[in-house]
Amino acid sequence: MRIYALLILLLSGITTISQNCNSTLSGAIIDLHDNTALTGATVILTATEQAILTDLEGNFSFTDLCDETYLIQISHPFCLTKVYKVKIKGVTEKTFYLEHHLEELNEVTIAGKAYDTKSKTIMEMNISKEKLEQYSSGSLGDVLNSLSGVSSINTGNTIVKPIINGLHSSRVVIINNGVRMEDQEWGTEHAPNIDINTAGNITVVKGAGALQYSGDAVGGVIISEAAKVPVKDTLYGKTLVTAASNGIGTSLTSQLTKSYQNGWYGTIQGTLKRFGDFEAPEYILSNTGVFERNTSFRMGLNRFNYGIEAYYSLFKNKIGILRASHLGGAQDQVRAINSDRPLIINDFTYTIDAPKQDVTHHLARLKAFKKFEGLGKVTLQYDFQQNNRLEFDIRRGDDQDDASLDLELKTHTLLLDLDTQISEKIYLKSGIMAGYQNNFANPNTGVRRLIPDYEKYDAGIYGIAEYRLNESLLLELGGRFDYSFMDVFKFYRTSFWESRNYDELFPEIIVEELGNQILTNPQLDFYNTSATAGATYQFSEDYTLFFNYSLASRAPNPSELFSEGLHHSASRIELGDLSFNSEMAHKFSMTLQRENEVFSFSINPYINTINNFIVIEPTGIQQTVRGNFQVWEYRQTNAQLLGVDIDASYVFAENLSFIHQFSLVKGYDRSRDEALIDMPPVNTKNEIVYQNQKLKNLRLALQSEFVFRQNEFPDNNFDVFIPETQTTEIVDISTPPDAYHLLNFNSSIDLKTSKESSLTVGLIVTNALNASYRNYLNRLRFYADDLGRNFLLNLKINY
Amino acid sequence: MKNLKLLPVLFIASLLFIACSNDDDATPLPVNEEEVITTLTVTLTPDDGGTPIELQTRDLDGDGPNAPVITVLGNLNAGVTYNGNIILLNETVNPAENITTEVEEEAEEHQFFYTIGDGLDATTTYTNFDGNGNPLGTQFTLITGAVSSGNITFTLRHEPTKPNTGLVDAGGETDVAATFNVIIE
Repeated sequence: MRIYALLILLLSGITTISQNCNSTLSGAIIDLHDNTALTGATVILTATEQAILTDLEGNFSFTDLCDETYLIQISHPFCLTKVYKVKIKGVTEKTFYLEHHLEELNEVTIAGKAYDTKSKTIMEMNISKEKLEQYSSGSLGDVLNSLSGVSSINTGNTIVKPIINGLHSSRVVIINNGVRMEDQEWGTEHAPNIDINTAGNITVVKGAGALQYSGDAVGGVIISEAAKVPVKDTLYGKTLVTAASNGIGTSLTSQLTKSYQNGWYGTIQGTLKRFGDFEAPEYILSNTGVFERNTSFRMGLNRFNYGIEAYYSLFKNKIGILRASHLGGAQDQVRAINSDRPLIINDFTYTIDAPKQDVTHHLARLKAFKKFEGLGKVTLQYDFQQNNRLEFDIRRGDDQDDASLDLELKTHTLLLDLDTQISEKIYLKSGIMAGYQNNFANPNTGVRRLIPDYEKYDAGIYGIAEYRLNESLLLELGGRFDYSFMDVFKFYRTSFWESRNYDELFPEIIVEELGNQILTNPQLDFYNTSATAGATYQFSEDYTLFFNYSLASRAPNPSELFSEGLHHSASRIELGDLSFNSEMAHKFSMTLQRENEVFSFSINPYINTINNFIVIEPTGIQQTVRGNFQVWEYRQTNAQLLGVDIDASYVFAENLSFIHQFSLVKGYDRSRDEALIDMPPVNTKNEIVYQNQKLKNLRLALQSEFVFRQNEFPDNNFDVFIPETQTTEIVDISTPPDAYHLLNFNSSIDLKTSKESSLTVGLIVTNALNASYRNYLNRLRFYADDLGRNFLLNLKINY
Repeated sequence: MKNLKLLPVLFIASLLFIACSNDDDATPLPVNEEEVITTLTVTLTPDDGGTPIELQTRDLDGDGPNAPVITVLGNLNAGVTYNGNIILLNETVNPAENITTEVEEEAEEHQFFYTIGDGLDATTTYTNFDGNGNPLGTQFTLITGAVSSGNITFTLRHEPTKPNTGLVDAGGETDVAATFNVIIE
């Protein structure tokens, strides 16, 4: 701004009258973005070619100048060189602002700093670009699994849902390029519809503290962001190819970015993944192939004071579900569980048959920001998502090729955010949001709707203040309020409606009675309050202490409210409850962090107390013509989760380091005084890494992963009569599998091909000992072993 | 001037938002379960022409909370050969859909199994087969022995291994499992 003022002054045509050559020019060079001093900037007086470097405070000074107009050239390693006209009169002081850019192309270490911090008082965990590239052929859940305190609940090996501190699905919010993912995340067997190759950085906030995104992240928030595009004339890209032995498949991802010095930029990206049946050490896991196709486009203008961006991504994934996991009832379950091997093993194939999922997710976003002096940065965003989910079961007759589940979820969101630096010490983030969601369940499936048709309206408002008391202490305080209204059309079975006493509780919502079904119109309101308070204290150069309390409120999801019927993939009848209210979670978390070049660690204990926690658990057996099925009902209870996550790293020698991770979480139902189901068992990872930058950045890493047996679990076993043997047998669906140990090897080397391009070659071996194991958090653990040894060859070309 | 550049963006965004809010208020169509088997009826006709005996399990709410209603109409006579016939219906739709036809059309992917419980003196044999000559079993013969009583279970498996030696190695998924308590007098 001052430059403009200066130009106007200059253009006003005041000419020099007297010559006085005892004048001085002094001032500072400041980074336009964050007002930090730019050290080591070169300031050249073009008339005399006198050059000066700015000092540590960004200051410079010239003496013995005449009272006239000079041209001054300022340059700095990461800035565009600029020339200014300066009129000198006596003792002149002038501050110059340069736009300082991080050079992404040259791979200056930027992770963590180039992306904003999401919550100041919860220690965040980041996944760097390098790590994301290693996992290029995997899923979001796979890469997040590498963090302490984050595990996953799987259906086979391709449907991987992240668990943060013991919580998953609707309790974990995923932000993809600034958009809250609405991809039917309520289901345990619904994997996030996100291509990790679109991300330049992934941040995990273990808690609800990041209120700018949501107030209902009882478990935490996962934020995936695209790589920043530099403001300069350039064209660059990368291609990653991974070939894997297990599943005999490849993954190919490529992206190309063009940017201009005037701020315009564009990126095009695409991913193709194809795998056939995966293999356990002793057999083929039939019908577990995957075929994924994704593409994304980004275009925008990025100026210092304003910018706009349009983004679109398409995610399409076809996933086979283990054939042997599709069962008819409790008798079949007994047979499947009692058998060591899956009951159906076929030859290897790339063909994906029923049972399978076919998911398409469109995401479009339009975003604009403008910085107003004295007000701050205003951001306006509109996004649209469309999620189509088709699930195919083994069916009979004419329905054989039809989907059993066909849902279309559309979501529109409008966000208005304001970031203000109120004073030197106080920074305020605030915003409002409005959303509309529509779910349409296609009635042509010939199977009753699992999720009913509904419309949902959301409105939210939040504010988070940061108060920097002094250099070492930062306080954070935030609040958020959300309102949602759901307008639902749901068909109930008359027998269920009456057995639940709904005919007396909710007679007013009946729209129509159709023989054995009743059409109802539930209209539900939820008012949710969430809050966060915390402090970060840096008490020495190495040590920082984080403390945070968050209150999160989550409205029940459509599955918890409206489920009513047979869930084939789980071989059980699931029943929701119309009268549920919001979950309220109080989470206290603390982190002691030491950051040091030799020995670093962080210890993060936490306690999460959740009122009205919605849990699904077995309540009985239901007889049908098909045989007996176990009935699982959702209910609300008071739960408590306690745990600790530990990370540590120690550098032995220049090129040799040791990395340690440990996660423990215990979950209890406090009302019934028993363990919660599906809690991640204690696990620890230990890794030795050799890395030598002088030797083509050679990296060799050997990792040991030990997962203990889960010893605390609820007993949900039940008895079933088997006619062919005339016996009653226990269906053991509770006992967790044994502990297991996996050994993984990871290596990479950089090969420079030319000045503009580089090639990185990596070899990864997972489950190197080919151990047979079953994972407590894999829903198919009853039927088959987990993945066997896998060799992956990675090629990465930067250009 | 820069503010002006922001205006069209704001405008387009709000337009999109409003445009998407229109929606039809029509109520959704009911879904009638097409595949559900609500009723299994086994008719046992004595080959000497006596009164047929009927075994039926009927669960009109399918996977709903009500248990199937099991009825056994009549007792079997000792030392008699019965011709058995199985009819499967979906009675959640009106008129009821005959599922037996579908099963017979896909004979190679289906098979009925008859399990005689402890104490009951009877034997069964298949009388209808699929295109490969393997049993289908919607029709069968039941020969009663001495006076006795016990359970008889009818199991329909979808996509079983064919041929097989019985339920133990048949695999597949259970589509029907119905047990009746019968008396031979």
